[in-house]
Amino acid sequence: MKAFTKLDARMAPLTMANIDTDQIIPKQFLKTVEREGLGKGLFYDFRFDEQGVEKTEFVLNRPEYKGVGVLVAGDNFGCGSSREHAPWALLDFGISCVISTSFADIFYNNCFQNGLLPVVLKPEEVQALMEEAKGGNHVVTVDLEAQTVVSPSGAAFSFQIDPQRKAKMLQGLDAIGETLTAAMDIDVYESKRALSEPWLERA
Amino acid sequence: MPPMSGKTLYDKIWDAHVVAQQDGEAILYIDLHLIHEVTTPQAFAGLRAAGRPVRRPDRTLAVADHNVPTEGQALGVGAVADEEARLQLQTLERNVRDNGIEFFPMGDIRNGIVHVVGPEQGRTQPGMTIVCGDSHTSTHGAFGALAQGIGTSEVEHVLATQTLRQKKSKNLRVTVNGTPGPGVGAKDFALAIVGAIGTAGGTGSVIEYAGEAIRGLSMEGRMTLCNLAIEAGARAGLVAPDQTTYDYMMGRPASPKGAAWEMALAHWKTFFSDDDAVFDREVVLDAADIAPTVTWGTSPEDVVAVTGNVPSPESFATPDKKISAERALDYMGLTAGQPITEARVDVVFIGSCTNSRIEDLRSAAAVAQHAFLNGRLVAPHVRAMVVPGSGLVKEQAEEEGLDAIFKAAGFDWREPGCSMCLGMNPDRLAPGERCASTSNRNFEGRQGRGGRTHLMSPAMAAAAAIAGHIVDVREMMA
Ligand code: SF4
Repeated sequence: MKAFTKLDARMAPLTMANIDTDQIIPKQFLKTVEREGLGKGLFYDFRFDEQGVEKTEFVLNRPEYKGVGVLVAGDNFGCGSSREHAPWALLDFGISCVISTSFADIFYNNCFQNGLLPVVLKPEEVQALMEEAKGGNHVVTVDLEAQTVVSPSGAAFSFQIDPQRKAKMLQGLDAIGETLTAAMDIDVYESKRALSEPWLERA
Repeated sequence: MPPMSGKTLYDKIWDAHVVAQQDGEAILYIDLHLIHEVTTPQAFAGLRAAGRPVRRPDRTLAVADHNVPTEGQALGVGAVADEEARLQLQTLERNVRDNGIEFFPMGDIRNGIVHVVGPEQGRTQPGMTIVCGDSHTSTHGAFGALAQGIGTSEVEHVLATQTLRQKKSKNLRVTVNGTPGPGVGAKDFALAIVGAIGTAGGTGSVIEYAGEAIRGLSMEGRMTLCNLAIEAGARAGLVAPDQTTYDYMMGRPASPKGAAWEMALAHWKTFFSDDDAVFDREVVLDAADIAPTVTWGTSPEDVVAVTGNVPSPESFATPDKKISAERALDYMGLTAGQPITEARVDVVFIGSCTNSRIEDLRSAAAVAQHAFLNGRLVAPHVRAMVVPGSGLVKEQAEEEGLDAIFKAAGFDWREPGCSMCLGMNPDRLAPGERCASTSNRNFEGRQGRGGRTHLMSPAMAAAAAIAGHIVDVREMMA
């Protein structure tokens, strides 16, 4: 998992509330056996019409938001099915931070397993960011170490995050990475077992 | 300090596998990781993305079972008609090859349902920790191994670290005393236990099965029993190993041999619950009270003796249960109060990791043979199929002539796989079809959208095929 420390990136506004994981990545994209490449299905039904033609008015299709890295979204982002494809798709598209007033639980947890930073701000703060994101300059700074979001105009908002989660995110530690910090213990354990139960060792 | 009490079997296996503690969770070492095509592609993709190797390919064994077709397997994966299934099977082949993992591909005589193959090969051993991305991994608990089903992200974690992060569960002991009557076996015990404690009865617990009636079961019977531990909500089921276990294990391909066998045996014999071990909860049943049992509803706890009637929603204690019973009756197309034997079946499925081993096939074949010798065949309106659990089970059944009996009596004899247990391959129910099934889940749509499943033993399922409706196998064999 990639570490998240500090990000300067363009921010796109997605004003709708209750965006669910099926909207983030519709089910026809779940048949894949890969994790990469899901970005092409991100918000598919918002980005494309039935004929597969780009809807030019959708925010992520507009030229000023190309290369977006941060999404500022309406309440309760990521509700619906638990599919881990949702954070995979966002990351594959290049978005590594989502700002909202609230997130659905499972989606919120899945974000931390994949290096996507979910930031919870107050409604008026999210509103202010939305407004700025619609303007000409919309490069935002998200600093996990300092727990702040600095808007394009320089307004700073601070956010809360569980200290353990923060530490793992800063180091890029997912559950596997965390367990691997105990790799020495696993090595020692394996060598003891190899002696006490040698019949389990298959050459 | 309170006086030290003894340890349960679960405590002993747990303690022997804790590598370290982190953030209030144990890092538990995994001795055997079984994998199949459906729950692994994204786990391998995750490893690739992170540049992580598989830590112990030698502790990993792969089979192709969940969505393989049950005919034409010799044609190979390229001939699998379902595009998604084919892609998953091909991806598994690539992943095991790239990572040096032992694999029994579709069509290999050693291939079959993952929970049949592990024990059959001697890979499943007492005192082990075993995981697989399939909820019925509890099956391996029959050997006194702590065996649990896991999700795809945990599959990736085990591939990368050979460990699982986990909090310890509670200890629940289910004791079955006495001796069962004729026609009553492990599947009836298992269903009766789920019925007695409910599908949430084992939540947060590991069940140890004990008592005279459990000791009297063969290894295959114990596997059937532990297979359904998960349907009682438990994380795993366990039976302490004994002579029956060791006799089964002797001479299997991966079983230790010679001096190693003696060493292993001494180790395995340490896995039992101490006399003064304390269980968080105890449940006691008497085998003599258990009749051949079937399910009437859409949850494995919806059980009734074959001699009984479909229950009335009014008989349930809580409003919630009343409503779900009404809904279940509606879905199943049954009427409260009617004898369960009035349920006419369209399909019979003998198979799945619950009941597809040689003893299961023998008991079903005995019913088929008895019927055949009395001039009876599978009822004309019934489609009956027998799906052996592995290529080796199929071979043995054919050596014993069981396939000939099945075919003569009108059953379809198929190639190994999960088949109609989950309806991922072409074997599935049509809407409204009623099925007597030896599998483990009767959820709405499990065997095909709108399909109606009644769980029962292989002998009962074979009897239903002949009669054309649910029937008491004891009467048919009289
Ligand atoms: S037979 Fe059914 S329960 Fe068993 S492994 Fe296959 S799908 Fe899972």
